[in-house]
Amino acid sequence: MIEYIPFIAVVTMIFIGLYAVLFRRNLIKIVIGITIIESGVNLFLIILGYREGGVAPIFTSLPAGTTYPAGMVLPVPQALTLTSIVIGVAVLALMLSLVMHIYRKYGTLDVRKIRRLKE
Amino acid sequence: MNNIDVLIEQSPALIIAIPLLGAFLMPLVSRINSTVRNIFGLLVLCLTGFFVGMLASDVLANGPRLYIFGAKDLAVPMVRILFEVDSMSIFMALITMVLAFIAMIYSWSFMKDHDGLDKYYTLVLLLITSTLGMELTGDIFNFFVFLEISCIASCALIAFWISEGEALEAAFKYIVVSAIGALFVLFAIGMLYAQYNALNIATLANVLKYTFLDKIILVLLVVVLGMKAGLVPMHMWLPDSYGRAPPSVTLIIMGATLASFYGVVRVIFTLYGNVLSTTMRFSIPLNVLVGWILITLAIISIIVGVAMALIQSDLMRLIGFSAVAEVGYMFLAIGAGIAALGTPYATTALHGGILHLLNDALDIGLLFLVAGAVYYVTKKRSLDDISGLARNMKYTTVFFIIGLLAVAGMPPLNGFASKFLIYESVYQLNPILSIVAILCSILMLAVFVKVFYAVFMGPELPAFKNVTEAPKSMLLAMGLVAALAIFIGLFPNLVIDALVKPAADALLNHAQYIGTVVGGI
Repeated sequence: MIEYIPFIAVVTMIFIGLYAVLFRRNLIKIVIGITIIESGVNLFLIILGYREGGVAPIFTSLPAGTTYPAGMVLPVPQALTLTSIVIGVAVLALMLSLVMHIYRKYGTLDVRKIRRLKE
Repeated sequence: MNNIDVLIEQSPALIIAIPLLGAFLMPLVSRINSTVRNIFGLLVLCLTGFFVGMLASDVLANGPRLYIFGAKDLAVPMVRILFEVDSMSIFMALITMVLAFIAMIYSWSFMKDHDGLDKYYTLVLLLITSTLGMELTGDIFNFFVFLEISCIASCALIAFWISEGEALEAAFKYIVVSAIGALFVLFAIGMLYAQYNALNIATLANVLKYTFLDKIILVLLVVVLGMKAGLVPMHMWLPDSYGRAPPSVTLIIMGATLASFYGVVRVIFTLYGNVLSTTMRFSIPLNVLVGWILITLAIISIIVGVAMALIQSDLMRLIGFSAVAEVGYMFLAIGAGIAALGTPYATTALHGGILHLLNDALDIGLLFLVAGAVYYVTKKRSLDDISGLARNMKYTTVFFIIGLLAVAGMPPLNGFASKFLIYESVYQLNPILSIVAILCSILMLAVFVKVFYAVFMGPELPAFKNVTEAPKSMLLAMGLVAALAIFIGLFPNLVIDALVKPAADALLNHAQYIGTVVGGI
């Protein structure tokens, strides 16, 4: 049972994020929701690569006595997560700058009042 | 091995590297002056287009081509990224390059009076890079990375006219949709990696067992990529962003949208190619189920797109909704091709769908270019404010007529060629589908004839007494698209034999795609 807890955490985070995106009215909260989904997905990738008792997958500085490669956690998911984090920062920055400009133009962050496009 | 062979061998990497380098050199080059900047942009595209052309001639003659970034031997598995280029990928890359060229020529005078153009051209080149990357890559995580780059670049371009609140609104809508979509793609990729310890599309396709998780992955990937391609339940971002982006980049954003469509096709035909005939519950094979779901969504897309286009008063938004309908036609053909996999008319449907990719890009692109020209001279968006432009804008009027006939599928223009293939094949699957498709095509004609009368005919408004024809580079761009539309309409067989048939064969023959990687190392 205990080994499932991280996966339950992942699913919970994704659903919390989706809830925020779908039902919150404030643009900042929508952005926060997307960030929570992203953290959930990153957590999922990290869990995939975890081995019990594994060390960090740095080939040149393995502690003495570790077997290679069985003693290391998987390096690929960590590389994927790093990439995903970097992309996430860019998307977050872009979204926040858009929110900033929207607030300047509309004077509000309420999605119900930001709907000039609906015709 | 002579020089040409070396160039062809390196071209998958160069096709990505050249526009990427160009994008980041752009701010430096822009310091010199604006003419040098424009020529530099075109030069980068010419060079990329040259490599795409060479790679295309090689791939069409000799079959799929592999390019390996990183470890060449399998002693250190996974530490590498594969680019795999087959006829379908190269067909998409050719479409992207054509659209990019036209948009670049058009931007020359369309964006002349705006500032921040160094950033504009940087983003345009970045978007082209990411679109090409999505199409050429053979690694599913790499696909995600390029998907995110295209999402960021197109969002920034949609919001380029930042002084308009609506552009910001459209951009925010777009980025929320694509950010969540991309995260779910990453989630699906994680699940694939967890099961099969691989990220390569061909390797994954080879070992895919169709477990319960694989069903979830299929649903996630098809839903998300379908959403990014503008399929109906989640189409609402598309008219907004197409309508609010500068019309000069709408074409390139459309290229990115088509790349998502390519993603759907690649996932279904290649990644799940081995298991498509698996029988599900109630003894329905998987391909029939997936095919009919796509067909249903496609028919709804067509109806919703046309019906919403009927009631729009904003010209670019109206074209955006007809783009939704055109996406519906492509999905209808692909869905029919999947549902009836193996029958002769399924192959015809695939040919129609793939040819319609090109035609949709050209027709809707031409209409957006004309709408951009109208906006350029009048600075008005609403149909109610524009009237009688035909008196002063002869060429633009002619191009609009070509665009409207092509998009409504009238012979002898290109829209007819692909739509006829679609009607013909879908009719054999179910006549009702074909009837709905034809009816909506006629409605589309009605929509655009209405637009034609509103914008180009009618009384001359005093405000537009002194409007002049659009600048030369815009006319040149529109003329190029119109010429291509007429050419494909007159000689569809040339294009079908040269490009579309190999692309459809590449999709159907997924064993070859897998064999290139798994057997070829």
